Amino acid sequence: MAVVSLSDAVRELVRDGDVVALEGFTHLIPHAAGHELVRQGRNELTLIRMTPDVLYDQLIGMGCARKLVFSWGGNPGVGPLHRLRDAVEHGWPLPLELEEHSHAGMAAAWAAGASRLPFGVLRGYRGADLPARTRVATVICPFTDEELAAVPAHRPDVGIVHAQQADRHGNVQLWGIVGVQKEAVLASARSIVTVEEIVDELQPRPNAVVLPSWVVDAVCLAPGGAHPSYAHGYYDRDNEFYVAWDPISRDRDRFLDWMRQHVLATADVDEYHASLEEAVPA
Amino acid sequence: MNAYTPDEMMAVEASRRLADGMVCFVGIGLPSLAANLARRTHAPGCVLIYESGTIGSKPVELPLSIGDGELAETADAVVSVPEMFAYWLQGGRIDVGFLAAAQIDRHGNLNSTVIGPYDKPLVRLPGGGGAPEIATGVRDVFVMLRHSRRTFASALDFTTSVGDNVRVVVTDLGVLEPAAGELTLVAVHPGADVDAARAATGWELRVSDDLRVTEPPTDAELRALRALRTKGPAA
Repeated sequence: MAVVSLSDAVRELVRDGDVVALEGFTHLIPHAAGHELVRQGRNELTLIRMTPDVLYDQLIGMGCARKLVFSWGGNPGVGPLHRLRDAVEHGWPLPLELEEHSHAGMAAAWAAGASRLPFGVLRGYRGADLPARTRVATVICPFTDEELAAVPAHRPDVGIVHAQQADRHGNVQLWGIVGVQKEAVLASARSIVTVEEIVDELQPRPNAVVLPSWVVDAVCLAPGGAHPSYAHGYYDRDNEFYVAWDPISRDRDRFLDWMRQHVLATADVDEYHASLEEAVPA
Repeated sequence: MNAYTPDEMMAVEASRRLADGMVCFVGIGLPSLAANLARRTHAPGCVLIYESGTIGSKPVELPLSIGDGELAETADAVVSVPEMFAYWLQGGRIDVGFLAAAQIDRHGNLNSTVIGPYDKPLVRLPGGGGAPEIATGVRDVFVMLRHSRRTFASALDFTTSVGDNVRVVVTDLGVLEPAAGELTLVAVHPGADVDAARAATGWELRVSDDLRVTEPPTDAELRALRALRTKGPAA
């Protein structure tokens, strides 16, 4: 593991056509890393995430993705993802293949991936239409004969998460709502963690997830790198941004203008934040 | 008595279904509003669980998302998402699941996946999220939906979750409960009537012989409801 720049980490660790998971459950969404994928023009990606929201809307709308593996795709509390809808309903800018699961199925697939097991098992997908549309099978418990659902493990090429802190050796600590970030890193062949801050020593925190440096390939300093999501203890969720995203993303041209101004024309997360402050309010 | 909106009547009536001490899996939007109202009125001991992993959240303001920081700060415990679904939901620790959807049929099956064919959707909806396993993993499912023919459909375009555990559907017009395998109108809200409910239902709606009229919101309920201010616009 090394503390490196985010642009170097993405250049070295993420390839076109990779299976990539940028995870986060509302909290600690790795926006800065996703923006770097857009800047470097990564494409043909299979994107995995339980709750694709604004960041995946941006990646899909910029044509980075070929396939999405997910369980709920929306702008939480606001409405649909217009770029996701446009890709699925009209093939713009590219057709998007869907592999759809339930949250419980995705969570089991992540736990199996982190455990390096071939599949996760759960009491799920019962009676509904999804099993006919996705990769799920039935297994029989060898001890009780109960029928259970099996979901293939998530094993991405690259797992990317955002965390509050790393130390100078690259040990990572995150806390608050921890989602499936630990699983996403441990399930992936390669991993990138962006952090709010690099500290001399990590202080133990209640409920924290610690990722030792030897399970992480690159740690990158990206203060504010979760925005408009939040970093517990650093800054709040920018709920106004999520509301403002709805009209921006509704229109293809307005979306592309926004991405050009705030992502393509900026070099890194600092310039991204500066561009938001300069922008005329919508 | 204060004037109140149909949505306020719906939230108040849904909140009344939550008893003190119940453990409730809460979705964002109307379910979160109703569950938080219950906690501030007759059910202060109601345990609110959000799928982001927060157990026993006591937000002062209504959250915009299921993962707002306040839900974690005010929680009794915060667990990972795999733990939430495996140990707590699948483990049978949750009494009530509150669900909403784009469509419901007469059996309480819900669609939040797609309008039109799955492969060629007219409207791609967000998807099931936690709903498929909430619907089968909790004891009682409560549904909150605004009543319209589009939503109360004779046939679903897609079955996202099954209706076996649906105990009550609270709408802006009245209350439906399953009877003899089919959702039946058991109450109408003040100002609404059976004809309005029938006109807003896409199937031949059965009506209970003991049709009630919902108690209107009390002043205390309305005060508590209006004090719950969301940080963003209501979902």
